[in-house]
Amino acid sequence: MTKVNFEFDSKMYSGTKGEPLVVALLKNGIKTVTDSTYLSRPRGVMALGAEEPCALVQIDSGSGEPMVPATQVELVEGLAARGLAGIGDLPNVSDDARYDKANRHVEVLIIGSGVAGLKAAQIAVSKNQRVMLIDDAPRVGGYFVAKNNEIDPELLAVLDSPNLLHLQRTTAIGLYDQGYVVAIERRTDHLSANYDPKVARIRTWHIRAKEIILATGAFQRFLVFPNNDRPGIMLSHAAATYIDKYQVQIFKKAVVVTVDDQGYEDALRLHKNSIQVQAIVDVRSNAVGALVDEVKKAGIEIIFDASVTNTQADEKGELAQVAISKVDLTGKVLSAVKEISCDLLAVSGGWTPTVHLATFIGVKPKWVKEKAAFVLQDLPKGLSAVGSVAGDLGETENTPASFFGVLPEGELATVSFIDLQRDATVRDLKRATGAGLTSIEHIKRYTTIGTSHDQGKTSGTTTIGLLSQLISKELEEIGTLNFRPPYIPVLFSALAGRDRGELSDPIRTTPIHAWHLDAKAPFEDVGQWKRPWYFPQNKEELHQAVARECKAAREGVAVMDASTLGKIDIQGPDAAEFLDRIYTNMFSTLKINHSRYGLMCGVDGMVFDDGVTTRLGENHFLMTTTTGGAAKVLDWLEEWLQTEWPELKVYCSSVTEHWSTVAIVGPKSRALMKKLAPDLDVSNENFGFMTNQYAAVAQVPARIARISFSGELAYEINVEGFFGLHIWNAVMDAGKEFGITPYGTETMHVLRAEKGFVIVGQETDGTQTPQDLGMDWIVSKKKEFIGKRSFIRSDTSRDGRHQLVGLLPKDKLKLLPEGSYLVAKDSKQAIADSNHIGYITSSYHSAALSQTFALALVADGRNRVGQNAIVPLFDEQVEVVITEPIFYDKENTRRDG
Amino acid sequence: MLSINCPWCGARDETEFHYGSQAHVAYPENPETLSDEAWAHYIFFRDNPKGWFQERWVHTAGCRRWFNVWRNTVSHQFGPSYKPFTPAPARP
Ligand SMILES: [Zn+2]
Repeated sequence: MTKVNFEFDSKMYSGTKGEPLVVALLKNGIKTVTDSTYLSRPRGVMALGAEEPCALVQIDSGSGEPMVPATQVELVEGLAARGLAGIGDLPNVSDDARYDKANRHVEVLIIGSGVAGLKAAQIAVSKNQRVMLIDDAPRVGGYFVAKNNEIDPELLAVLDSPNLLHLQRTTAIGLYDQGYVVAIERRTDHLSANYDPKVARIRTWHIRAKEIILATGAFQRFLVFPNNDRPGIMLSHAAATYIDKYQVQIFKKAVVVTVDDQGYEDALRLHKNSIQVQAIVDVRSNAVGALVDEVKKAGIEIIFDASVTNTQADEKGELAQVAISKVDLTGKVLSAVKEISCDLLAVSGGWTPTVHLATFIGVKPKWVKEKAAFVLQDLPKGLSAVGSVAGDLGETENTPASFFGVLPEGELATVSFIDLQRDATVRDLKRATGAGLTSIEHIKRYTTIGTSHDQGKTSGTTTIGLLSQLISKELEEIGTLNFRPPYIPVLFSALAGRDRGELSDPIRTTPIHAWHLDAKAPFEDVGQWKRPWYFPQNKEELHQAVARECKAAREGVAVMDASTLGKIDIQGPDAAEFLDRIYTNMFSTLKINHSRYGLMCGVDGMVFDDGVTTRLGENHFLMTTTTGGAAKVLDWLEEWLQTEWPELKVYCSSVTEHWSTVAIVGPKSRALMKKLAPDLDVSNENFGFMTNQYAAVAQVPARIARISFSGELAYEINVEGFFGLHIWNAVMDAGKEFGITPYGTETMHVLRAEKGFVIVGQETDGTQTPQDLGMDWIVSKKKEFIGKRSFIRSDTSRDGRHQLVGLLPKDKLKLLPEGSYLVAKDSKQAIADSNHIGYITSSYHSAALSQTFALALVADGRNRVGQNAIVPLFDEQVEVVITEPIFYDKENTRRDG
Repeated sequence: MLSINCPWCGARDETEFHYGSQAHVAYPENPETLSDEAWAHYIFFRDNPKGWFQERWVHTAGCRRWFNVWRNTVSHQFGPSYKPFTPAPARP
């Protein structure tokens, strides 16, 4: 018994290490833990564990945690908590604790280490099975130990079995098909502050079990009556446990209200702890047997056919008196019996088996009237239940009543609480039924009952029961609530584990990345890639830097890291045939060391990806893809090879990271290339457009390609990834005398858009054919390829499809927002009707054009070239002229230098 | 999370796989000869049965191979999986 100090609502108290916070609060005389969420009524502790609907606290010590039931918090030195009125605060300190994940495959998983769970473990272990036993409480024993019993040491010995992994403080939060269970293990919050920080605070277990045994026990229900929410009103099993097991001694005079024999048992436990139990109020007409005799012997009055029908509070709002009346089982109040002063009202409203995990996979619990409980039945293969959750609620001498509370009229209905966390009352339930709702799922949504942190653990069955009383329907006709994971509120950090901060999402960088960082380039995310966006000099803004970079590419020489382009190495005797089927254009005719731009479509004929593919040998191609599309293109190629064309001998490998690509672009690139590779003949005659040459560049073997995505003379130097930074530095050094200028993705976009080159994913969204993009020239008429048949479908061949066009705003400085709509110029009504004819896909400032321009997809666009249109923005209407989608060097005179 | 039986690797978690829709929908022999409607059936139309269904899956984050499998769309139960171009096992 270690004494510890803790803080609650900014005051210091002391308590015993390891005891539940609620016990420490009660022992310090604190009955009111917090105010209710919406009505600000004082609330205390009601229950024993995770089902607690009232006593929520915010933890401010350690890593902090919003919204924890005080029943679930173990006392440690330095604990700081405060009562929480329903809505938690995110801790405003960074959480340095570690969170982890673990996987486990077992033959048998037992959830719940009460006596039933321990016995199940004993059986499984005796069969030599690999077993896991988890339980959310700090210690084993469940209900049996709460009643102050000692577990048989022979049964406890099962915990030492080497085949058994046993974890307490571990809550199963989800149960799914195929024996999959997710559990949260709390490992450090109960330890003193100086534990090893490497120990994860929470470990999330992913468990796969051949067989799952639910031994999750049951919750006690409360009863509904006016003012049933006052501090001092508790579930009888909780009250008896706090008083008898934990020795809480602040209560003097009690009343017990019950529907079953549990109330009698708990009354005796209170009586044995010197509490004056003044009456047991039993809704049933009679009860007999040894337990009843013992109660009578203890001198406790029993009032049958009655229930508590109101309560009074003292000046602090805590329980002071209860009113008892004769009632019937439909909840009608018949006649007043008496009023009794008391500081504790112990409520025994029956047991609710903890069926939640089974309902997660669609199991419908069945109402068993003689047990007054929803019990698991028809469990799927691999799932079974033992103990209370299976309906084994112990032998009792008298059957419990299916009674859930009184249903008062008027003002009293507004203080008869059903869901105490939501402050939802009998009045809300009556309004729902008054509105014609009879489905429990509808009522849940209408009243918010069962939607707070506890998901109606105590209120769910009560709601169904009251509804049954209200609309005179049997409970089994009404059915049960569907619960959903997680079983308890779970911290996001527990689910994230170590995947936080820089580990939350993988990033990909090129071998040249360090140089970009040194140059202080802002980065653009393209898929997982970090690509330099632009390279600012002297505090330039984006458009200033881009104008400078574009000018260098058009007039001098500029350089870009193109290493992120997806690269797929394709080899095999049928590689050429394969590419003919994949691409809309022909590749079998491509000569070795030549490159060709290709377009691929889905079976629906819509553009899927594009890129340049180079024939490295007779049976060897290197395909490039869009930076973001590489993975899906590889998937696509493999799918066709494996599922449609297994006869083709072709192998595809992703080699994106294997090669670094440095593109030098601009009229001076030939001189620079010559300087970098003096032995290479860089003349247009001997090194033509879309061809490749091999040469040493800065002592490194390189494949140099004449490929241009800007319309300018350009060379792409490809080296092994390892040499990427080396080549980049060599290019920058050699390029100094030419005024070489590095550029990023924004300039790349401007340069390609000036030339009308599309970017798949920017000009396309999966609904454009090559013809829509004005690329009829790339669609072969000679061969079959994926998607070809779709081009003659009625929808793809109709008039009026959206087609790629250019736009020039009349106001040459007006940059149109990408995504803006266009309406036809001649129709004022069209603007009012938002009857748009298309939308903008790309929009930039152009240094070369000395104005802004855009690309757009416009209905019947090619026939509208030359016409004016309107781009309606929030506060103005911008006039534009529709043009061909090419703005610069229409004759392609620049690419050969 | 489902556990899916790859015919090459054995049972693995669902996150390693991608779904590939209905199995045994072959690319038509001569697409050019098909009516618009027949072609549209190949592109867009798939069965959606309640109960046992033959599906394609690919072990993307594993062996990267495609396979077929029986799955029950009501109970989420998996039946036998089998390699492409091998005879389908009987409905479970
Ligand atoms: Zn596999």
